[in-house]
Amino acid sequence: MLQITDISKTFNPGTVNEKTALQNVSLHLDSGDFATIIGSNGAGKSTLFNAITGAFYVDSGRIVLDEEDITFKKEHLRSKEIGHLFQDPLLGTAPHMSIEENMALAYMRASGKHSLFGRITKSDKERFREHLALLDMGLEDRMKNPVGLLSGGQRQALTLLMATMVTPKLLLLDEHTAALDPATAEKVLNLTKRIVAERNITCLMVTHNMHQALELGNRTLMMNGGNIVLDVSGEERANMTVEDLLEQFKVQVGEQLDNDRILLSK
Amino acid sequence: MSSFLTLSIVQSALELGCIYALVALALFVSFSLLNIADLSTDGCFTLGCAVGAVVTMAGHPFLAFFAAMAAGVASGFITAFLQTKMGVQSILAGIIVNTGLYTINLMVMGFSSNINLFNTNTIFSMAKELSESEVYRSWYKIIIVVCIVLLVCVFLAWFLNTSLGLSIRATGDNEYMVRASSINPGFTITVGLCVASAMTALSGAVLGQYQKSCDINYGTGQVTIALASLIIGESLIKKGSIFKRVIFVVLGSCLYRFIVAIALRMNLPAEALKLVSAVIVAIAISFPYLKEKAGFYKHRRDVMRQASKNV
Ligand SMILES: Nc1ncnc2c1ncn2[C@@H]1O[C@H](COP(=O)(O)OP(=O)(O)OP(=O)(O)O)[C@@H](O)[C@H]1O
Ligand SMILES: [Mg+2]
Repeated sequence: MLQITDISKTFNPGTVNEKTALQNVSLHLDSGDFATIIGSNGAGKSTLFNAITGAFYVDSGRIVLDEEDITFKKEHLRSKEIGHLFQDPLLGTAPHMSIEENMALAYMRASGKHSLFGRITKSDKERFREHLALLDMGLEDRMKNPVGLLSGGQRQALTLLMATMVTPKLLLLDEHTAALDPATAEKVLNLTKRIVAERNITCLMVTHNMHQALELGNRTLMMNGGNIVLDVSGEERANMTVEDLLEQFKVQVGEQLDNDRILLSK
Repeated sequence: MSSFLTLSIVQSALELGCIYALVALALFVSFSLLNIADLSTDGCFTLGCAVGAVVTMAGHPFLAFFAAMAAGVASGFITAFLQTKMGVQSILAGIIVNTGLYTINLMVMGFSSNINLFNTNTIFSMAKELSESEVYRSWYKIIIVVCIVLLVCVFLAWFLNTSLGLSIRATGDNEYMVRASSINPGFTITVGLCVASAMTALSGAVLGQYQKSCDINYGTGQVTIALASLIIGESLIKKGSIFKRVIFVVLGSCLYRFIVAIALRMNLPAEALKLVSAVIVAIAISFPYLKEKAGFYKHRRDVMRQASKNV
């Protein structure tokens, strides 16, 4: 499904700010894989996602999605098939546009059903309303409200909905619940689980919650210094405890997992 | 009051308000929606006026509007091209195009700095002949400009609710979202600036026929005036449908003309107009901020008073 081969990325090469954020990273995801990613601050997790979505082109290596080489494909063309949720809930939606308009944008782009001059139809609105009702946040009755009036959790839930309204080939979740309060975070997470499971979406999710890293999905990846240093799945993963995971980190990296948002609790 | 603001002053404020509203609408698209300060506005306005005047003189006053809009689209396209394909910052792109347009405009006007249309048919002179009635004669100009501006408003409101229009609005609203959606910001910026420049140029063409002349300096300061109108209009309405917002931009432009008319009635010399508009813009822009600040001071005073009472 997703085949990343030996990608590297150095920011600001040749300057004092030179920073190699990805170093020969390779990763293969099968269709329907749901992998969680943990790692220290600055490990390169977000950079890996940005490389996949095309926020920048990688210095070397190849990225193949569903048998298509997308290494040099433009970002806005890739995003037809890749859903990306940011850690900051404000980044995924346009605040001065209504819920309905935001959803229309997401829908029009991904479905390819609308011409340049297409407008939001009644049946579109009906579809949006049904999707919104799934969130159970009462948003279906506020479709004309500007998104800027919603809470962070509501916005992130809406972004998730928008990213998956038309099933993407790949869904990238970059600590998308980190900025939310615990109750809202749980709600958004449950929604994530449900949507990903129901539609069998191939998904990568960065988390700083060690329990989530082991519980969610079928694989756990660990990143450090621009590399994937651990990749566990199957039985090995099933038998792993949070303590094992932290211990593994120490073994692989030679130091304690250092993430200022790390969560050990459930 | 009635002698202070005579009917003809009110009428001409309305007429100019509607004509210049098209520039304010252009800034509504480029500045409010796309979040780009497009400084090619002044030159583009004159370009529309010049192209319109030349085509009008050739005997096609209707075609003049479309020719002017086409010229505007070309100008907007170049501004957008510089930004999206050549890596020029948006403000610089506008300044560069504005500078270049000065020469282009002179060329269009046959290297004279002034053209007059006194002996040429314009839509105004043609419409005037439709009826002898006195009421009609005093209102026909307003009817024409209101029709034009309404047409543009309806088109704009329709356009901004299409798929393309939504993409343009999103481009200025959230850069990250746009990058994560499959919107090509280069494309939406280009279309947006072309539409905006077409409206600016149309405004110039209408003004040319209205004033029966075209002057190389007509465009000077348009961007400030349009900004003032836009901000007045936007401050009158905080939220609402796109159509409502568009209409309020037009009202803002008319209101601005009334303010100017009043300033002129207070015997300010015409040369002071630019200063007056600069002051109006400054006030209009800072007003929301000052209001909030005043609210804070009041709140602080109340809290302090309450606290000292409780001691
Ligand atoms: N656009 C950029 N320009 C320069 N350096 C960058 C850029 N993006 C990321 N980096 C650097 O690359 C490194 C990896 O950053 P990245 O954001 O991928 O870390 P992360 O694993 O997501 O960390 P966190 O857990 O803090 O989100 C960091 O040192 C960062 O400073
Ligand atoms: Mg990150």
